[in-house]
Amino acid sequence: MAEEVVLLDFWPSLFGMRSRIALAEKGIKYEYKEEDLRNKSALLLQMNPVHKKIPVLIHNGKPVCESLIQVQYIDEVWHDKAPLLPSDPYQKATGRFWADYIDKKIYDLGSRVWKTMGEEQATAKKEFIESLKLIEKELGDKPYFGGESFGYVDVAFIPFYSWFYAYEKCGNFSIEAECPKLIAWAKRCMQKESVAKSLPGQQKVYDFILQMKKHLGIE
Amino acid sequence: MAVVKLFGAWFSPYAYRVIWALKLKGIPYEYIEEDLRNKSPLLLQYNPIHKKVPVLVHDGKPICESTVILQYIDEIWPQNPLLPADPYDRAATLFWIKFADDKGYLMSKLYQTDGEEQQAAVKEWLEMLEVMEEHALIGGKKFFGGEEINMVDMAFSFVAYWLGVIEDVVGLEIFEPHKFPLVSLWIQNFKSIPVIKENLPDADKMFALLKHGREMMLASKSD
Repeated sequence: MAEEVVLLDFWPSLFGMRSRIALAEKGIKYEYKEEDLRNKSALLLQMNPVHKKIPVLIHNGKPVCESLIQVQYIDEVWHDKAPLLPSDPYQKATGRFWADYIDKKIYDLGSRVWKTMGEEQATAKKEFIESLKLIEKELGDKPYFGGESFGYVDVAFIPFYSWFYAYEKCGNFSIEAECPKLIAWAKRCMQKESVAKSLPGQQKVYDFILQMKKHLGIE
Repeated sequence: MAVVKLFGAWFSPYAYRVIWALKLKGIPYEYIEEDLRNKSPLLLQYNPIHKKVPVLVHDGKPICESTVILQYIDEIWPQNPLLPADPYDRAATLFWIKFADDKGYLMSKLYQTDGEEQQAAVKEWLEMLEVMEEHALIGGKKFFGGEEINMVDMAFSFVAYWLGVIEDVVGLEIFEPHKFPLVSLWIQNFKSIPVIKENLPDADKMFALLKHGREMMLASKSD
């Protein structure tokens, strides 16, 4: 039976980008469907009734929700090419720990950097930079979080690079100045076709954030 | 033989997930009780980022975050599996574990607040229970894991046991069995499993701890 893969997504979504990258790494042909989040499709509501969120990966009609779960699923089903998760259980556990840290800390702090102003933003910025430094330390001198090859944590984190310019402009700081190794890692990842074609341009993301801020009444 | 150590706290549902997993698989381990108001240097060394329990130490190597720990345990000791083997079923299982994990904050939100904030917490609890009733237990399954418990059952343990204690502390009945018949049946089934029944924190002791904490919080608010 021919494989049918559909991705319900929204172009600036950090989470959607992860699944795009994983699918591209494996060379999987799929149908990309852009969702209007103010007017969600019947398909989205049917495929993710609990959260009604993107991304949703639909494989032969069956939905997989949550981006990190999608990445792991893609890795397991199409296991012959470009392995993303390491085979060693301890390294896998380390990777899952950092992916969880990215979602719990880095994502939330980054959101607060662009969504808040004044004192609240100053605090968020400080904590955001601390969290980036922590993950930069985890990277160390390795070319990728996965070691010699691009892997699960790289997939989980590289989408944030497309949002760096927006965070920097909103928070008035330079991520490169604070975390040069992280920027070097990001540029290395961007040389991969799977990453370059899955991430939107930084200016486009910034314009989108400015629109969101206006819409939310944050000036 | 490799040594397995578990750093936990006697009332933590997250620590209990690991205890149940290790016992189900028959893995001997050394349990170290942590006083969370006075964390040991060893805990801070093993979990410098979150400084939390549980932490599993296997062969001297620490693993943090209960869901990460359980997946690790399942991979190292495959007997009595906690996750399905089929990738799609596994993805669906991981979805519900994440759902349960993301709702864990509702425990403290319920007993550490009052007034409007607490009413908001009650509303969120009911919404979560409705999702469980409507979406998670479809097909008349005995457990989330089917005929046997799996990681999802363990992840929802805070609904099966911890919620009851918190309800007593705050004097509110949030879980009305007739409103959530499938969840209610699951709770009874879950608590009757020997490894669960024999490994739960003492309810009276927990009640005293949470009640004291709540009273301190309310007193400090009225200052």
